[in-house]
Amino acid sequence: MNDFAEALYIAASLIGHGDAELREIVSLSLGVSLTASVCAFVIGAPLGTALAVYRFRGRGALIISANALLGLPPVVVGLAVYLLLSRSGPLGSFGILFTPSAMVIAQAILGVPIVVALAHRMMGDVWAAYGDALLVDGASRLRAIGSVMLIGREGLLTAFLAAFGRAIAEVGAIIIVGGNIQGYTRTMTTAIALETSKGELSFALALGIVLIVLSMTVSALSLFFGRALTGR
Amino acid sequence: MNRWPHALRASAFVIFTAATALLSGSAFAQEKSIVVASTTSTQDSGLFGYLLPIVKQKTGIEVKVLAQGTGQALDTARRGDADVVFVHAKSAEEKFLAEGFGVKRYPVMYNDFILIGPKDDPAGIKGKDILTALQTIKAKAAPFISRGDRSGTNIAELALWKEAGIDIANDKGPWYKEIGQGMGAALNMASASNAYVLSDRGTWLAFGNRGDLAIAVQGDKRLFNQYGVMLVNPAKYASVKKDLGQQFIDFLISPEGQKIIAGYKIGGQQLFYPNANDPNA
Repeated sequence: MNDFAEALYIAASLIGHGDAELREIVSLSLGVSLTASVCAFVIGAPLGTALAVYRFRGRGALIISANALLGLPPVVVGLAVYLLLSRSGPLGSFGILFTPSAMVIAQAILGVPIVVALAHRMMGDVWAAYGDALLVDGASRLRAIGSVMLIGREGLLTAFLAAFGRAIAEVGAIIIVGGNIQGYTRTMTTAIALETSKGELSFALALGIVLIVLSMTVSALSLFFGRALTGR
Repeated sequence: MNRWPHALRASAFVIFTAATALLSGSAFAQEKSIVVASTTSTQDSGLFGYLLPIVKQKTGIEVKVLAQGTGQALDTARRGDADVVFVHAKSAEEKFLAEGFGVKRYPVMYNDFILIGPKDDPAGIKGKDILTALQTIKAKAAPFISRGDRSGTNIAELALWKEAGIDIANDKGPWYKEIGQGMGAALNMASASNAYVLSDRGTWLAFGNRGDLAIAVQGDKRLFNQYGVMLVNPAKYASVKKDLGQQFIDFLISPEGQKIIAGYKIGGQQLFYPNANDPNA
């Protein structure tokens, strides 16, 4: 238990002192994962809602794919993005491999299926309850997507948080496409992997505790603002 | 139900902002920085943490290090994703040069490999030469952790087995575990399972989780560990920052850079010995 006590102590003093390098790592982690989950949300939420609102051939296959991709292994996404962004790859001329942008792309890809699958499930309920009324009201299905999303915004917040949770906790993809470069692409999770490999286990665990605190803070803030937003 | 155009405008704005943020990543890359693909030992030993701020101060170059292991670092450079490689496996480096991916190899520094094992030395190899030690480990089937990742240390380990007359690929048993991870992970695993493991001295000195491990074999001249640095060939990849990369290399092999490398110590012990002047290194 000594390791855990020591880790707790280190974590408390890291947070207490506001260590400069830690602050940099934390803000990069938050910046990358929030940007990625916002991108995933902007792409995934309308798609998931459309899957709930429209009826068309191949819809079932799309829903199954989105749900299957919930288990997309980060390391595979990382490798695929790496090969795409590499100088020898098709998108190499952008020169964004080993930058925070590459990390955002990888995490956004991981987030999209989560948002699509959850949005489809939750907007399906909203559509079942309000769909007829919306159509009677004269809205086209395209217009109805916006209304459904507005009514179901609390559920969409959960979808966003799920995507963010996936992103902030993930290490397999960003360590490949970001390269864990100190002061540039080092995030909480890649720093934990590095400290573990240096044998600094207590320090690594302390960073893990900081990460959990951070993740809880983001969730709590979102739920708080979500409540204010929906007035519930 | 006039709300959706508003929502649409909002999402368009978010997409635009995100796209701008993404593209600005490439603008970032234009600053005075280079990407150096290197080994886990140079990072885990703390050398880069000590050296790179000095490089930045003296040359203005910001060095972004990918700590990958020699095999992967050379592959990263082969794909054009690094400007400079700084690794430790002369045979692999010469192959890289022969393939035309590198311009010229400069020796930088050396230290040595050491065989680490449990303090109570169950295989009884303490103080033996490295070949006898490996033969004994094999004969007694003592637990041994191999990096198994084509890193410089892994390449050196495989060459030592071969020199000891053991065909490890075919003769290994459950006692020989290839973990496919970095030096630190291998040391962690050896520490947790009381196994023998070949390490570079730098990583060992900086390692924080030794448990019951200690040095079993050292000082054998076969355990020599040379580091070299190469600029990735700009003729292969126009994106290589050849001026900054060469400037970084020139600094490493300059008398000043060499002196700084020699000055890196942990607990009073020097980790790397500069030898840029040795043409045979």
